[in-house]
Amino acid sequence: MNNHPVQVAEPIRKLIEEFNKLPGIGPKSAQRLTYYLVRMPEEHARELCDSIIAIKEKLVFCSICQNISETDPCAICQSSERDHTLICVVENPLDIMAMERIRGYNGLYHVLHGVISPMDGIGPDDLKIERLLSRLKTEDTQEVILATNLNLEGEATAMYLQKLITPLGIRVTRLARGLPFGSELEYADEVTLTRALEGRREI
Amino acid sequence: MTIQRLYKTEAIILKGFKLSEADKVLTLYTPDMGKIKAVARGISRPKSKLRGHVEMLTYSSLMLAHGKNLDIITQGQTINSFLSLRDNLWQISCALYTAELVDRFTPEHMENRPLFELLRDTLHTLCLINNAELVLRYFELHLLEYSGYRPQLNNCILCDTPLKPTTNFFSITGGGVLCPDCQYKESLVQPISLNTLKVLRFLQNNNISAATRLITTPRLLLELEQLIRSYIRYLIERETSSSKWLDQVKKLTQMEQKEK
Ligand SMILES: [Zn+2]
Ligand SMILES: [Zn+2]
Repeated sequence: MNNHPVQVAEPIRKLIEEFNKLPGIGPKSAQRLTYYLVRMPEEHARELCDSIIAIKEKLVFCSICQNISETDPCAICQSSERDHTLICVVENPLDIMAMERIRGYNGLYHVLHGVISPMDGIGPDDLKIERLLSRLKTEDTQEVILATNLNLEGEATAMYLQKLITPLGIRVTRLARGLPFGSELEYADEVTLTRALEGRREI
Repeated sequence: MTIQRLYKTEAIILKGFKLSEADKVLTLYTPDMGKIKAVARGISRPKSKLRGHVEMLTYSSLMLAHGKNLDIITQGQTINSFLSLRDNLWQISCALYTAELVDRFTPEHMENRPLFELLRDTLHTLCLINNAELVLRYFELHLLEYSGYRPQLNNCILCDTPLKPTTNFFSITGGGVLCPDCQYKESLVQPISLNTLKVLRFLQNNNISAATRLITTPRLLLELEQLIRSYIRYLIERETSSSKWLDQVKKLTQMEQKEK
């Protein structure tokens, strides 16, 4: 694995190694980034360091919805403007950002921090499902919107949650499945097209 | 100018992991090349024309280009998406289990056409029926056979005498059945009832649709499951990841049925 020449200075070798651990960064990019940083003015390097430390020190997980936040509870969970009877369940904090961008949703969230992935050994116990269920038992929730991704694992997770939540007498809905905006029918796969047909509506 | 060499193959998508923001590395099971890995580019983008055709557990016809490290999927067309699997948690979980077994039992680039056909037919059968347990047992037995671990069920694996219609003993290390006289000569043995032995032989010697017509009892199903699972656990030296999930879903489904 170690393909750096031996004479490379230790701090450089170490940083290349660290970059290499990041997603999407191979050994070549890790080297490029490292040598870029070597030439960077010191105050820029410090700013970069401080921002990295800040996300570790200043961010917490909201103890209610499990979103990443500066406060606990997070701003969304604390807001009296939002509809507290509605919970939208998502896989990751990034999904909340996507939902918030559209400004069409005014309920609360719950972040699972992953998705059931049996082949990778990720089961319900590895996600924030127990926390969701205890929320549903104590809060005044009337509807849960399952907004996990529309792939096999997201669908399996949604079906599993539906089985757990329905007995609690709470309405469970799933984001509509269909053709993505900008797509062409010709290239649509069988599953997408069947779902889109099932979900057709009057115009 | 370099000419990109393209080739075409059928494949069942076993699994995938994210390579970068939009790209994924997929594990494919093909009829002629066995298990291969290939890159699907831009697959997380909304306008991807490929995505639905290379979703997990889809049977597709693919066009690939030779790449420097991994080959690259350039086009895909679904042959069978096993649609009715996808709305049923129990059936989709069974299907994931079969995909994991294929992944664990096969090395890359080793052709095994019977195994490809077994996986394809199993996914197809899982779409059709509700009681998937026997289909899974059928799948496991034949996967073992095509991987070189066909359990010996007719004669004692030590003394070679034909097995008598009584309780015999299954040897995990020997991969077959021992007669009562030989049971103490091996260390990892467990009793195997006559009915279990009969069902195993039936599954081994018939086709998959015959397997779905077999009538059994819950107790027999449990014994079959435990026996084959312990043999598989011994061979791959661990529990399959998806079997734990399968047990959880089974429990949940049984609870639902009781309430109805
Ligand atoms: Zn919160
Ligand atoms: Zn014997």
